[in-house]
Amino acid sequence: MSAVRPVAAAELPPLPPELAAVPGRIHSLETAGTVDGPGVRFVVFTTGCPLRCKYCHNPDAQHLKDGEATTVGAVMAELAPFARFYRDHGGLTVTGGEPLVQPAFTRALFEAARLWGIPTALDTSGFLGARADADLLAATDLVLLDVKSWDPATYQAVTGVALQPTLDFARRLADRGTPVWLRFVLVPGLTDAADNVQGLAAFARALPNVARIEVLPFHKMSEAKWRALGRPYALFDTPAPTAEQVERVRAAFGPLAA
Amino acid sequence: MHDTMTQTRAEREAHPPQPEAAPEAGERPEPWAGFVPGRWQRHIDVRDFIQKNVVGYAGEADFLAGPSARTQAVWRRIAELLEAERANGGVLDVAADVGSSILAHAPGYIDRERELIVGLQTDAPLKRAVMPAGGLRLAEQALAAYGFEMDPALREVFRLYRKDHNSAVFDAYTEEILACRRNGIVTGLPDAYGRGRIIGDYRRVALYGVARLIRDKRHQKAELDHAGGDDATIRLREELAEQLRALAELSEMARRYGFDIDRPAATAHEAVQWLYFGYLAAVKEQNGAAMSLGRVSSFLDAYIARDLAAGRLDEAGAQELIDDFVIKLRIVRFLRPPEYNALFSGDPTWVTECIGGLREDGRPLVTRTSYRFLQTLHNLGAAPEPNLTVLWSPDLPAPFKRFCAATSIATSALQYENDDLMRPYWGDDYGIACCVSAMKLGKQMQFFGARANLAKALLYALNGGRDEISGEQVGPPCSVYEGAVLDYDAVMERYERTLDWLARVYSEAMNTIHAMHDRYDYERLEMALHDRDVFRTMAYGVAGLSVVADSLSAIKHATVRPVRDPDSGLIVDFETEGEAPAFGNNDERVDAIAVEVLERFMALLRANPTYREAEPTLSVLTITSNVVYGKATGTTPDGRKRGEPFAPGANPMHGRDRKGALAAAASVAKLPYEQAQDGISYTFSIVPPALGKSADERVENLTALLDAYFGRGGHHINVNVLNRETLLEAMAHPERYPQLTIRVSGYAVNFIKLTREQQEDVIARTFHGAM
Repeated sequence: MSAVRPVAAAELPPLPPELAAVPGRIHSLETAGTVDGPGVRFVVFTTGCPLRCKYCHNPDAQHLKDGEATTVGAVMAELAPFARFYRDHGGLTVTGGEPLVQPAFTRALFEAARLWGIPTALDTSGFLGARADADLLAATDLVLLDVKSWDPATYQAVTGVALQPTLDFARRLADRGTPVWLRFVLVPGLTDAADNVQGLAAFARALPNVARIEVLPFHKMSEAKWRALGRPYALFDTPAPTAEQVERVRAAFGPLAA
Repeated sequence: MHDTMTQTRAEREAHPPQPEAAPEAGERPEPWAGFVPGRWQRHIDVRDFIQKNVVGYAGEADFLAGPSARTQAVWRRIAELLEAERANGGVLDVAADVGSSILAHAPGYIDRERELIVGLQTDAPLKRAVMPAGGLRLAEQALAAYGFEMDPALREVFRLYRKDHNSAVFDAYTEEILACRRNGIVTGLPDAYGRGRIIGDYRRVALYGVARLIRDKRHQKAELDHAGGDDATIRLREELAEQLRALAELSEMARRYGFDIDRPAATAHEAVQWLYFGYLAAVKEQNGAAMSLGRVSSFLDAYIARDLAAGRLDEAGAQELIDDFVIKLRIVRFLRPPEYNALFSGDPTWVTECIGGLREDGRPLVTRTSYRFLQTLHNLGAAPEPNLTVLWSPDLPAPFKRFCAATSIATSALQYENDDLMRPYWGDDYGIACCVSAMKLGKQMQFFGARANLAKALLYALNGGRDEISGEQVGPPCSVYEGAVLDYDAVMERYERTLDWLARVYSEAMNTIHAMHDRYDYERLEMALHDRDVFRTMAYGVAGLSVVADSLSAIKHATVRPVRDPDSGLIVDFETEGEAPAFGNNDERVDAIAVEVLERFMALLRANPTYREAEPTLSVLTITSNVVYGKATGTTPDGRKRGEPFAPGANPMHGRDRKGALAAAASVAKLPYEQAQDGISYTFSIVPPALGKSADERVENLTALLDAYFGRGGHHINVNVLNRETLLEAMAHPERYPQLTIRVSGYAVNFIKLTREQQEDVIARTFHGAM
């Protein structure tokens, strides 16, 4: 029972003032995220992203300035009442947007979480992987690496940027042994070509640090957001993949696929 | 788990069930043989029996049996009847020719050949009984609505010779109470039908047999022979005489079904049957708003374990008994007019059964029969009744917690309540009446009283006691708030005065209702299954707490300008500048306001005298009536427009809990149980993928969330794991979803039985993790 009692503030080591003061911009917080890493997680949605994915779920978080200005101390104060819970049952995930648009903020959040014994996960496209310095990776327990496509041309078409930086980041994570959950968004007619899937599967198999592969079926829940932003939604006519399509792709990814 | 069930189903086919006829007289064991002796033998003390004889189970669910062919056949018959009931506009048939009582109807059966547990409210399944003692008018309205006519002789009895509860209450109501009722600031009062929320200790029938209970009651009455002639003693003597009469009728009712329940039950089969007869007599006589069962599963486990050990029963047979019992509980029906559905939709009966919990010494009260009750949801499919309620503690055995979570995910039919929070108040043998009302079984009852509309009260405070919709002067007259901007302290001062007045009128209404109910619709049989001297609570309630908290937060933290109607001068709208924190985000600036309002209103209620010196308590619970309360309430300063629904129970307002489930639950968990001992209801809905990727992860995550919510002091939670699309499809094609069950504040309903407005409200409500 003691495991779920609220943590008294005194039980948590205070954050060093210079850490607490690190500024950042966020779109929102989620206190019970269960789909961005293991267990039940405190999820920080940062703003700013260099990619322009056609199916972007959070188009309202693409621009840094869209976010609300905050600090590591303020975010961790929201987490603090549940700190012990996240320590035992999940952790902290920073996603976005693209967290590596704000590497100093992300690193400071992870260092703060580490001080409180809370596991950390970085959800990233890897495009800005070069911005993740050794200190940030040292404070990262898990990377959720979103590889939008294996075929470079498709990648460019889907995201508007190049694939190579993501692959470089993936190899760097493999070299330092950081556990990775590889994520792939299955969009019928866009990313579902057999070669595309096979190529990514082969790449993933060659990385010993990939612990899990998540096939995320494309959905249109963000359509309303696009409409609200007054921006054209390119996938209006694209259907969500069928259960069979998803299963087929999962099978192609092998035993690590979920 | 699914593998397990498939496997056990296969095993079942390999070993078809043996028809378990009532044992021959010669082979019937001694009723108490093999039980650990104790105080329970010398006194009526079911708890002592449980403490000495119930053996906990900390293992997995893999021992469970699937449904037998016989169970499936009986359930298929019921499924047909349920479909016919729905096709017939909600009521299949009514026994309109006779007023109901324990003995009014001939024995009835679903399928006499196959049923293991027998007994129906009338002579046929789903045929509703007429119970005019609670309210003749309501009975007549209901009959008329469904095309029946009340037996003229019965009508004459109640018109000319015998007053009903409803008439008596209205004889004694004040003008003020009537105005409050009419304008919807106090609503849902049990003044037109049975009050319910009294739980007879039906286990006593099984453990002791009726003859022993009658001897005990006679003794209790004899003790009063020299107790004098004051009102309280005279009333109690009359009540005991009524209780004795009801027990004799219970015995006779069972005899007509071919059973002698004067003696204690000797087998598990008899224990279930005896106990059910006790409950059945109660629902033949009372159409109480909630007719809850108590906490029978682990009690019955002692009998089942004894028969299993003696080789008189196997697991399949044990599950059949529980399945058959639960089928009976699923078809309890009361005759209510269609308007009642606007308040409490879906034909609820609140046959609440508590499962799990810990003993006072910390050992779990989880037994294999706890699992068997949950298993009925898998064997028979989901259903709203019985209202299965898990008494949760993080210290329950881990496999049991996982089975509960898995059952919630599969059926959305469970509610959970915090045993660690309630045990210090009510011990380890309490049950839940209705949704969230804890009471010591056989030792405590409550005077149920629906709820006061706190959001409307805030508008009365601004409008000088005039109703914002009708314009009627309901509260004590004073000026309409005059300033251009609402000032927090000035509003709070007005609100305090309004709540003070409201508490007084509300308590007068409650005292009137319960004095009359005791007099004209006394629960003879249920009270016969109580000790003589019971502890009584006066169970007040509130609606609209999160509306009020958010409104006061806006007034305090933003700038709120009242907009007046030029004709009436009443404040009918608000313009808000700036942002204010909303309840449901674990933000102390507003959560503290919710706590303060609750504490203030409770303190004001406590200051009023109560009928029979009942202890005032309070619930934060709306059932489905959050929709009608909202409909009757004008625009509020939180931005909610006139007519829009409130949040259910203690929930944050729809969509304002922006930080996810843990933050929302943390806000709700701050509401102090001490100030709301009748319960604090929270409804949590989530789409399956948002609970985790795999089935195992979903179970783990839900278990962790329940531990966290209760660990923070949360009292109650409904868990819905449903897709929005499924609900939309069920609205379009109800016939395809006869068993789709959803938890609303405090109970579960067949989704297709909700009114359209309520369905829309449920769908519009926050589905956590829709992102």
